[in-house]
Amino acid sequence: MKPARFDYARPETLDAALAALAEHGAEASVLAGGQSLIPMLNLRMARPGLLLDINRIPGLDGISLEAGLLMIGARTRHADVLISPLVRQAAPMLTEALHHVAHPAIRNRGTIGGSISLADPAAEMPACMVALGATLIAASARGERRIPAEGFFRGVYATALKPDELLLRIEIPAIAPGWTHGFTEVSRRHGDYAMAGLALALRREAGRVADARIALCGLEPAPRRQHAAEAVLVASGAEAACDALSAPDAMAGAEVTAAHRLHLARVLLRRALAN
Amino acid sequence: MNELLPPGGWIGRPLPRAATRRLVEGRGRYLDDHAAKGELHAAFLRSPFPHAAFRITDREAARALPGVRAVLIAEDLAPACRSWRTQSLAFPGLVSPEQGPLAREHTVYQGEPVALVLAASRAIAEDALELVGTDWDELPAATDPVAALKPDAPAVHQGLPSNLAWRTEFGDGDVEAAFARAALVVEDRLVFTRHTGVPLESRGVLANYDPAAEALEVRLSHQIPHQMQVHLAELLDLPMGRVRVIAGDIGGGFGIKMHVYPDEVAICAASRLLRRPVRWVSDRIEALMADIHAREHVMRARMAVDAEGRILAFDVDDIQGLGAYSIYPRSSTVEAISALRTVGAPYRFEAYRARLRSVLQNKVPTGQYRSVGHPIGCATTERLVDLAAAARREDPLEFRRRNLLREAELPWTNPAGGRMAELSHTATLAEFERLLDLPSLRAEIAAMRGEGRLVGLGFAAVVEYTASGPGAYGPAGIPVSAVDTVVVQLEPGGDVIARASVAEIGQGIQQGIVQVVADAVGVSPSRVTLHTGDTGNAPHGGGAWASRGAGIGGEAAWGAGRKLRAEILGAAASLLQTTPEALDLRDGQVVDKTGATRMTLSDLAATVFFRGHELPGGLQPQFTATHQFRREEDVFLTTNGLQASLVEVDPDTGLVTPLRHWVVGDCGRRLNPLLVDEQVRGGVVQGIGEALLEACRYDPENGQLLTGTLADYLLPMADNAPDITVGHVETPYSGSALGAKGAGEAGTCGAPAAVLCAVNDALAARGAAVTEMPITPAVILRALGTLP
Repeated sequence: MKPARFDYARPETLDAALAALAEHGAEASVLAGGQSLIPMLNLRMARPGLLLDINRIPGLDGISLEAGLLMIGARTRHADVLISPLVRQAAPMLTEALHHVAHPAIRNRGTIGGSISLADPAAEMPACMVALGATLIAASARGERRIPAEGFFRGVYATALKPDELLLRIEIPAIAPGWTHGFTEVSRRHGDYAMAGLALALRREAGRVADARIALCGLEPAPRRQHAAEAVLVASGAEAACDALSAPDAMAGAEVTAAHRLHLARVLLRRALAN
Repeated sequence: MNELLPPGGWIGRPLPRAATRRLVEGRGRYLDDHAAKGELHAAFLRSPFPHAAFRITDREAARALPGVRAVLIAEDLAPACRSWRTQSLAFPGLVSPEQGPLAREHTVYQGEPVALVLAASRAIAEDALELVGTDWDELPAATDPVAALKPDAPAVHQGLPSNLAWRTEFGDGDVEAAFARAALVVEDRLVFTRHTGVPLESRGVLANYDPAAEALEVRLSHQIPHQMQVHLAELLDLPMGRVRVIAGDIGGGFGIKMHVYPDEVAICAASRLLRRPVRWVSDRIEALMADIHAREHVMRARMAVDAEGRILAFDVDDIQGLGAYSIYPRSSTVEAISALRTVGAPYRFEAYRARLRSVLQNKVPTGQYRSVGHPIGCATTERLVDLAAAARREDPLEFRRRNLLREAELPWTNPAGGRMAELSHTATLAEFERLLDLPSLRAEIAAMRGEGRLVGLGFAAVVEYTASGPGAYGPAGIPVSAVDTVVVQLEPGGDVIARASVAEIGQGIQQGIVQVVADAVGVSPSRVTLHTGDTGNAPHGGGAWASRGAGIGGEAAWGAGRKLRAEILGAAASLLQTTPEALDLRDGQVVDKTGATRMTLSDLAATVFFRGHELPGGLQPQFTATHQFRREEDVFLTTNGLQASLVEVDPDTGLVTPLRHWVVGDCGRRLNPLLVDEQVRGGVVQGIGEALLEACRYDPENGQLLTGTLADYLLPMADNAPDITVGHVETPYSGSALGAKGAGEAGTCGAPAAVLCAVNDALAARGAAVTEMPITPAVILRALGTLP
């Protein structure tokens, strides 16, 4: 369990990092918190030619809330997002979800941008980004690019990021009046990747759901909005919405079948709506 | 016969272990903390397939990599190392083919070592592995033990007529008659999935062959250094005196580290071939793939009960998944025999029939793992007992109470051949009921059920065979020491240094032995230093297996300490011109009958060592004493206990949450109650892992291991462990001075059964039941009909 050989660079500026990415492209792997990358290196599942360590670059972390927009630097550690009062105020879904992300030692190093860029289908952050309608801002030597979360996640470990792009920050519209956020998941042990997870934003009017945003993790190769279930929820209520959750591409493993995952997603939605 | 212990002594006190501070400060020295000058690092090329023919086609590219010293295959090691074959007189006809340190031409399990790279670093060695040219021809694999028995199943080893490694049938009494006259027969089929031990410190070896001395020194993360001294001497054709095995701090064993593994032997052979130190430390993937697994059984069992609710007989059929080989040297079949001997053990019954088929598979060998086989036998029994209680519409604890062996009925050899002696089921049950406070617990459960919660309470009665005597492996012809030895010596300053053949593997037995020596000699434990684990220093003996440290090692320590004390008192009496009987040794002071100090131990020792000219003529004190202990009666020391588990089942997600757990055990005299409680709690958590989480899974199509990392192999973590309440009854073993029996495995023995019974108690409200371990969410959801 030793990594294959790689070169290592630790640029001091964003420009230097982007230049390195422009030069090495897909041969480079970006090292932020390393909580997924380092094990993958040791397992030789990841074999980058260059490990590009961005931990010395100023300005990649931090959380701010301005004009109804929550901005989180991509290199912000999970632990810092978790304890941020701004995040709790503007996107409480994230605060809830981060309690499910691994364990304190991992959250101390792991970053939100790393989780989003890796795009593990069972991870919590990608589903939250989709449900929250986040915009992901990527940079390359060619300039900055804004990517809506719904178009960002393409499959297992696959995103819209180009090989020369680095995720810079995340922009999330702050929770609007009347909306509530929730995140729940089922895992075998606390901190494990979810067998199924539910990111949910709701607006209620007179006790009825008037608007909903639903995304699941652990179901399909990439999180997506459950538009059909959202519409059914508004039109016909909770039970029908649970039935309307769909996962035609649900992943099946030795332990957990596709039907099992979809069942769990329905349990989560039913429970969330009952609360 | 129990000896009278000194009043106010150290035995029985819950002292924290003296070694804890060193370990928690990070000053432990585990295998990987040691280095040898000039060492080479090793990495193994392991079979990626469960069954394949292979050729190594190219080693040049790997050899050419800078830093690579050698790329070795089976033929290279052959001159330096013999092959071996697991045989046992206890299992006549056992089929387990010849094995060597590296596979030759065929591999029969995934993870089997086929080549070995030695390089300047582990990273370089792993780089070189990728350059070794191989030609793999994958062959059909047999992995499921039931399917492997079918006539058309692929052969695990080419050329063998079948995959049956061994079969037997045993028992006593008229089973057919018992079932014929039974008022009630209950039966079930239980499936147990492989799991493994996962010590924090993985296996590893640092072998250093000295060609000038023609001697091998091996640092090994192992439970039984003396056993390895025997086998390495045999396999490498060296006199035992020129093989030294050193086990330093050991980060857990659980039975994983009590076997002879091909990779460890290969490292020793490589060191001899290259005349250099060679180091290999298993990484976690290698560990999950190539450490022994355990407990793959399909049990069909039935139990006959008479009209009064008394158990008449058990009839059990076990299909055991053995792995590709029967583990060397003790044999994997031991687990199945242990499971089958445990069936019914807490109860009275008249007839027993056990049938066993041990099946070869293209999977890593299974072997002895904590509480060997017992959890299988216990869970099978307790499942049948609950079925019978339910059929009779009676309280499961009442059914157990009626059938538990009473103290007055002992000793008794049951129809399964288990000798039951000095057990305390009645007293233990009384303490168990006191601890559980059943009326209020039942009310609590009723209240939770009233809220719609699916909760269940399960019981498990436990008998464990501990502290194996010479009758266990001696008649089988396996060179396993059932003797333990302790040497104690008085130092000039009055300290006592002890050297023991018991092994400290993290369980804390060192502390228990120190307390025994302290009482036996008459000094404070802080003046006793114990050395273990080094065959160059510690006398020959058993090491750490079968919960033997207290019952056998403790006895040796007591004997050695008493001999030293007698020498000390004899010398003191001579100097003080009195008789030894007039003196006593307490806390390092020689005192008279009034308790007045006549001489300090340090003065006495200094006089003997440094001022011998002052000694009376003819006085030759022997300040080194040794004692070997071999039990002559009772192959095993049986212990007993009861466990209860309270669980909650989430019927929607299928998740099971253990809420509370109770254990009352009788392990005889407790040398250190704190250590015993730690062992019980740790064992229970390991049992909960077995019941709910841990599984070595293989792809049913291609036989590939699916649980190769700790993200897939789920260990119980702190938040999976409920509060565990522990109580004790002490029935000292009458055949020894101290009366200690085994304690370290009892928690693991009963916890899976208790959890299984608790889950089924919860599911009974939905008319469902589970009969498979681990009880995963999918198992629950299938039982409830939620999933197909």
